[in-house]
Amino acid sequence: MFSWELLLDAVVLGTMVGCFYAAVSIGLAISFGMLDVPNVTHPALLVLASYGAWLLGGFEIDPILAGLILMPLFFVLGIALYRVYHETFEKRGSQAAVRGLAFFFGITFIIEVGIIMAFGVDQRTVQAFYIGKSIEILEIRIPMRMIAAFVMALLLSGVLALYFNRTFLGRAIRAVAQDEEALRLMGADPVRIKQWAFGIATAVAALAGALLIIVQPVEPTLDRAYIGRTFCVVVMAGLGSMSGTLVAGIILGVAETIVLTMFGASWAPAISFTLLLIILGVRPQGLFGR
Amino acid sequence: MNSGRIRRRTAVAGALAAGLPLPALAQGAGPIKIGMSMPQTGGLAAGGKSSLIGIEVWRDDVNEKGGLLGRKVEMIVYDDKSSASETPAIYSKLLDVDKVDLIFAPYATVPTAPIMPLVKQRDLLLIGNFSFQVNRTVKHDKWFNNAPWGPADSWARAFIDLGMKAGADSIALIGADQEFAQSLIRIAKGLAEEKKLKVVYEQSYPPATVEFSAMVRALRAARPGMVFVCSYPPDSVGLLRAVNEIGVGESVKVFGGGMVGLQFSAVAESMGSLLNGVVNYNSYLPEKSMEFAGSKEFFVKYQKRAVEAKVDPLGYYLAPFGYAMGQMVEQAVAATKSIEHKKLADFLRTAEMPTIVGPIAFAADGERKESATLIAQYRGVVDKNIEQFRSPGKQVILSPEKWKTGELIQPFEKARKG
Repeated sequence: MFSWELLLDAVVLGTMVGCFYAAVSIGLAISFGMLDVPNVTHPALLVLASYGAWLLGGFEIDPILAGLILMPLFFVLGIALYRVYHETFEKRGSQAAVRGLAFFFGITFIIEVGIIMAFGVDQRTVQAFYIGKSIEILEIRIPMRMIAAFVMALLLSGVLALYFNRTFLGRAIRAVAQDEEALRLMGADPVRIKQWAFGIATAVAALAGALLIIVQPVEPTLDRAYIGRTFCVVVMAGLGSMSGTLVAGIILGVAETIVLTMFGASWAPAISFTLLLIILGVRPQGLFGR
Repeated sequence: MNSGRIRRRTAVAGALAAGLPLPALAQGAGPIKIGMSMPQTGGLAAGGKSSLIGIEVWRDDVNEKGGLLGRKVEMIVYDDKSSASETPAIYSKLLDVDKVDLIFAPYATVPTAPIMPLVKQRDLLLIGNFSFQVNRTVKHDKWFNNAPWGPADSWARAFIDLGMKAGADSIALIGADQEFAQSLIRIAKGLAEEKKLKVVYEQSYPPATVEFSAMVRALRAARPGMVFVCSYPPDSVGLLRAVNEIGVGESVKVFGGGMVGLQFSAVAESMGSLLNGVVNYNSYLPEKSMEFAGSKEFFVKYQKRAVEAKVDPLGYYLAPFGYAMGQMVEQAVAATKSIEHKKLADFLRTAEMPTIVGPIAFAADGERKESATLIAQYRGVVDKNIEQFRSPGKQVILSPEKWKTGELIQPFEKARKG
């Protein structure tokens, strides 16, 4: 059934959903896109952060605030994770990526099992004044939780883009992504810079995890549903681009929502990979890759 | 070792030559081993763990009474990770390596469906655990589904009858792309045709769907008289949230039907007042009309264990049926004085067995002879209060007639506010 009204609805809501996809992918854009670390643990870290937000919700702490509180903890966790990965895999040679993949899968399972043992297998949700309510703009009812995700995604990508473009450390991270050896020749320590960047990527996952539990209920193995989607957004964007991640997320969200509304929900998941194939066919470096 | 193998071969050859039926599974004087897989991780884990505690309570009760045929009951359980691809290998291992005497099916349709061919091929007794229509095409005569559904169309029929009685002349169908949901949707669609209801919206969605607002908008635009939803736990929550945010419009008299997940206390507690007005299926509720011999004692034992195991602390939905699975086997073994699958199946096919979820009798297809599926409407549910679900009145039973505790409030938008 086609109607212009439904199409407009789908575009508006798709943009919100897309921003949410960008928010949950942006940490991966740093760790995988910029640092070349096969961080398949990223979605599990999102879920772990969701449980953190749920725990803090028990003390009447707003989930977004909870995400911000968790960021320093996750930053430290990220640094520790990278350190172990570097010492045991990365510095030992070219097979690091393949073996690192096994390492990150292992960490993923440990996180999943740890959550099950600590909190059980039930779904968890949080409550906040913007969850379960909507506002009407131009006769379109928009869920407030999606607006929260939309605003946070814009802020997150904006702040990170500024950080990577305007600060010394940010530019150093971009440099390590482009040519690690050249950076070393200039007297900088690429490992420390990558460690810092991985910490940022993990801290961002903490905030994105809080958004995840705002948008949908979480259970310990929810990360599996996000592995494909987050990697798709990051690759489509062009590895490591912050604004690209936002645009790729929005393209994916809008396309999925239009297909869901107009043609049927069963087709929606196929959209992400169809778009990815088309974009990589036309621009192998991704939308914003160099 | 060689002579043992030769003796076994000789015995098998002798039995074949004499035309004697071979016992389906190993039998001996040790404990009676009951094998099963159960979802303990993945999307069905909340239900699987709760169901397993119910079965364990039965095992401990029966062992306290001396076991079955004087032999202790032992359970061998593997986690199937809520996955259909895991169960055939698990059941092969249970039968060929663990040499279990009896098997119970895992909780839910998806992990059960793939073991049906194996069970039929080996001619085994299988007690189902909340599957839906998995024996429809297999037609195995030793399948007994421990679930309240009854005849295939009874569940959807009860919902549709309620909607039509409330004045609905059209229907919207929403279902997950999963075995259970699609079977139920297919049946509801057939019934809609039979009752000349117009299907104004039909949507299947994949399991990983994140956001349901777009679907609810399209549903609202179709202006259905009733909405029949067959969803799995994460989707049920997503759909209800979207319904609350977007609204389904004044045309909808009844909303719900087959939403899995709302029956679990953690979900019900977190959804709180968003549940009000939803008319959904259930299996057991703490209403006066549903007090059966042993049910109160069971819930005392279950709830103590569930809190320790961090599992659904109320456990009304699945746990008592887990216990009832054991009760049926116990009665069959006591009556036949055997654990031979054929004898047990013959008993189960003809007997009416009292259990803590009421009397159970099976039809020829292995489903309940008479539907005991509850269709209930949420009323006066408040936020953040799990205790409220222990008392009667929060889910008023509208069907079946014998256990009815109230009348439908409609339209849905009005019921939602109460």
